[in-house]
Amino acid sequence: MYDRKELESIRERERRWNQERVKEWLKKRPERAESFRTLSGIEVKRLYTPLDIEDLDYSEDIGFPGEYPFTRGIHATMYRGRLWTFRQFSGFGTAEETNERFKYLLAHGETGLSVAFDYPTLYGYDTDHPMAKGEFGKCGVAVSSLEDMEILFKDIPVDKITTSMTINGPAAIIWAMYIAAAEKRGIPKESLGGTIQNDILKEYIAQKSYIFPPEPSMRLIVDTIEYGMKYVPKWNTISISGYHIREAGATAVQELAFTLADGFEYVKAAISRGLDIDKFAPRLSFFFNAHNNFFEEIAKFRAARRLWARGMKELGAKKERSLWMRFHTQTAGCSLTAQQPEINVIRVTLQALAAVLGGTQSLHTNSLDEALALPSEKAVRIALRTQQIIAYESGVTDTVDPLGGSYYVEWLTERMEEEAQRYFDRIEELGGVIPAIEKGFFQREIAESAYRYQQEVERGERVIVGVNRYVMDEEIDIPILRVDEEGERRQIERLRRLKERRDSSKVRESLSRLKRAAEGDENLMPYILDCVKSYATLGETTDVLREVFGVYKEPIIF
Amino acid sequence: MRELAERALRGDRRAIARLISLAESGSESLKEAMEIIHPRAGRAHVIGVTGVMGVGKSTLICEMALKYREMGKSVGIVAVDPTSPFTGGALLGDRVRMNPLASDGEVFIRSMGTRGKLGGLSGAVYDAVEILDASGKDIIIVETVGVGQAEVDVIRIADTTVVVLVPGLGDFIQTIKAGLMEIADIFVVNKSDRPGADSTVNELKSMMEISEKMVPVVCTSATEGEGVDELLVEVENHFQMLKDTGELERRRRRRYETELVEIVMGRLKKMIYDEGRFRESVGELVRRITDGELDPHSAAEEVLAGLLR
Amino acid sequence: MERKIRVLVAKPGLDGHDRGAKVVARALRDAGMEVIYTGLHQTPEMIVETAIQEDAHVIGLSALSGAHFPLFPEVVRLLKERGVDDILVIGGGIIPPEDIPKLKAAGVDEVFGPGTPLNEIVEYIRRNVKR
Repeated sequence: MYDRKELESIRERERRWNQERVKEWLKKRPERAESFRTLSGIEVKRLYTPLDIEDLDYSEDIGFPGEYPFTRGIHATMYRGRLWTFRQFSGFGTAEETNERFKYLLAHGETGLSVAFDYPTLYGYDTDHPMAKGEFGKCGVAVSSLEDMEILFKDIPVDKITTSMTINGPAAIIWAMYIAAAEKRGIPKESLGGTIQNDILKEYIAQKSYIFPPEPSMRLIVDTIEYGMKYVPKWNTISISGYHIREAGATAVQELAFTLADGFEYVKAAISRGLDIDKFAPRLSFFFNAHNNFFEEIAKFRAARRLWARGMKELGAKKERSLWMRFHTQTAGCSLTAQQPEINVIRVTLQALAAVLGGTQSLHTNSLDEALALPSEKAVRIALRTQQIIAYESGVTDTVDPLGGSYYVEWLTERMEEEAQRYFDRIEELGGVIPAIEKGFFQREIAESAYRYQQEVERGERVIVGVNRYVMDEEIDIPILRVDEEGERRQIERLRRLKERRDSSKVRESLSRLKRAAEGDENLMPYILDCVKSYATLGETTDVLREVFGVYKEPIIF
Repeated sequence: MRELAERALRGDRRAIARLISLAESGSESLKEAMEIIHPRAGRAHVIGVTGVMGVGKSTLICEMALKYREMGKSVGIVAVDPTSPFTGGALLGDRVRMNPLASDGEVFIRSMGTRGKLGGLSGAVYDAVEILDASGKDIIIVETVGVGQAEVDVIRIADTTVVVLVPGLGDFIQTIKAGLMEIADIFVVNKSDRPGADSTVNELKSMMEISEKMVPVVCTSATEGEGVDELLVEVENHFQMLKDTGELERRRRRRYETELVEIVMGRLKKMIYDEGRFRESVGELVRRITDGELDPHSAAEEVLAGLLR
Repeated sequence: MERKIRVLVAKPGLDGHDRGAKVVARALRDAGMEVIYTGLHQTPEMIVETAIQEDAHVIGLSALSGAHFPLFPEVVRLLKERGVDDILVIGGGIIPPEDIPKLKAAGVDEVFGPGTPLNEIVEYIRRNVKR
């Protein structure tokens, strides 16, 4: 990228600087640590110069936004054309309560919806299942049937606003409920836009809300990709996630590598089904974490775009849209402290800024109280305002990829790509993603990183303000969201009445047709839609699949 | 102590658990309990299940136990995992695979660390087997990790030893290295739905032809629940054969001999390490060895002389 | 052969967040304790039965799903029902500070929130095991 003569003179100058100026300063004032490392363990130098990126070619490696390899962004104008979507993950209690929270957030400027489901729902259990006891509505909204879905989106213009749903094991069923609920309101599926997370590989690796074993789960996912391709073209049928992998303890490099490895695995699975890569690739989306090390996160996002574009080309994608990495970001939940919770706002601000400078398409900012409970109204409002201030007051959205060209950021982007590639090679050696999961490879890497991180914190090498430095005695005095305990009882009652009202023979028929189809290899979506429309519950539908597919048991890795 | 033993004999799970803990801590008062317990033991079929890490022993044992339960038999499981030689702690995770058994009152599962036992199984494992036996369990399964000489000694405690392998060259070699080939009464090739299962079976059979000791090879897929019926048939056949040929008595004698020595050694060790007066004199002897005044063998003579006095 | 502290680390309910439980389990192992990890999706009944069979000194419950009520008190209740009064019950996870006194009133001995140093948990156990 630079003239050779110029580089030589810079090299000479740097040498002198190190031997004279730096030495002088180190004598006066030793540096604060032996070495400075990112959260992935990458050593950060004192200074970066053109020498550190001398081998990069601007056009080939960095390029222009909206053009291969998309390092600087997937759109030519990025936020000058359209800001990222303000999309706050929400849900708790009953469908009514969450519907209210949706309306509150929309009224305060949120531009996209994101649904959090409670644990029973995530595992495909209705609220009246024994395993659901005590879990109703505690970490998300309970949806046990189409009826709940209808209430959840009452008065919300789902034809004008996109909805992201964090659901994995029973994703196909929940998606079917969303589609059915919209159709009942006269909104055709062709106009529905949104995302289902539907990323089972990371469940095995990190989030653990899996139900069925890998093979049938992949089949279901490809079924949804295929169905979406044909009938719900504006829908992102998968959100390939690194967020949870990071939360489980992975480093930024691991997050990058494991997420993309999962992504390529899904692409290969869809290709094996015979689907045309250029037809489904544009609807693949991603979901990343935005953690504390500011520049590492930005480099991670840029490296992700470049790695994905290159990899997709190799897999045979020809259209440009197939190479785009579109992603949603959430600021790191695991970085929030229960101590001095107000200061979480600052953490979230920096993390959100990193996501924006990294070119995210959609963003969720955590609320200050989330190390203690689900967000209160006030806390989530502050989180939303954080995004709005970055968007409108900071000026960072006035130009595309402002950090492009920074010697440090370009160097780090390159480094992260290299480190990720190393992981790709390891995974290949192990036989691919699924064999690696079965061998416990990812889980081991993550457990090691988690333990190492904790030890660094315990030794004081990694400072967490309020936790191992600047600690104070405090009375935590912030309003805590309470989930109405009565809701569980009401929900169980609602289910009972639903089962009385509905046409049970229709339910039985649709469930048994689903069973037969699941035993074969037809696309299951139409069958699931039928079940859902007959008001078969989430649990009843999932149970059919549990029967046919079996349930997954994980290897235990510390 | 007697009361604890009586309760354990009646099947009281807290008493059983407490006795096993006392065995683990090397409590000398355990003797009183074992006086009552031992005569009532000996009925159960003790099955050792070993193999290198990752072959699916725990899942297999869970499936075996479920089948035994279907047959109306009660089951005790002792899962032994390595204790860290550096920290003295242990992560005992075998139970995770046995969740389906967790609510069954007729199944008792105990996780035990090797607790610094350098070779073979500690006396406590023998005690645990006796206690579970006496409390009425029909089947007792001892699970150990086959990592070298240490766990080959599972044969000393088991009537029937099952060695588990999985398809894949690496594991096979490891199993051979661990010396596990010689000790098997039954081989299990688990995860047999994987490619390579047939060749693993063939390799086993060739090896056995060479050593002229043929034992049954059973293919299972524990996660699918396949092959377990067949395995139990072989296990039962083996037990029957032991009884018919009188080999059972020989093996039991070997078990008790090993156990006796274990207990004696344990007590000796305790005396040397823990008891005040010995600690001092041993400490003094060690100082003299280090200073070159005394050689270790002569020092040992002094210790033994002191102990035997 | 000395007494080792046996700790049962359990995830009650459907919560799948096991990072903390695993990190704590490792730390306890490194501190010389025997840690029995039950895995995910344990009912209070399973946890109590396991604690009895394993003769655990401590039960450590982890919940990040908000389901600490009713699950933690349920474990305590079942222990009492089985006549067990010498097991230390501690909890951790995402638990609002105002819930801590209520959990203690229900019989949970101590709650360790996010940010608790690992050696604080180790020391607490060493000082407070009931036998």
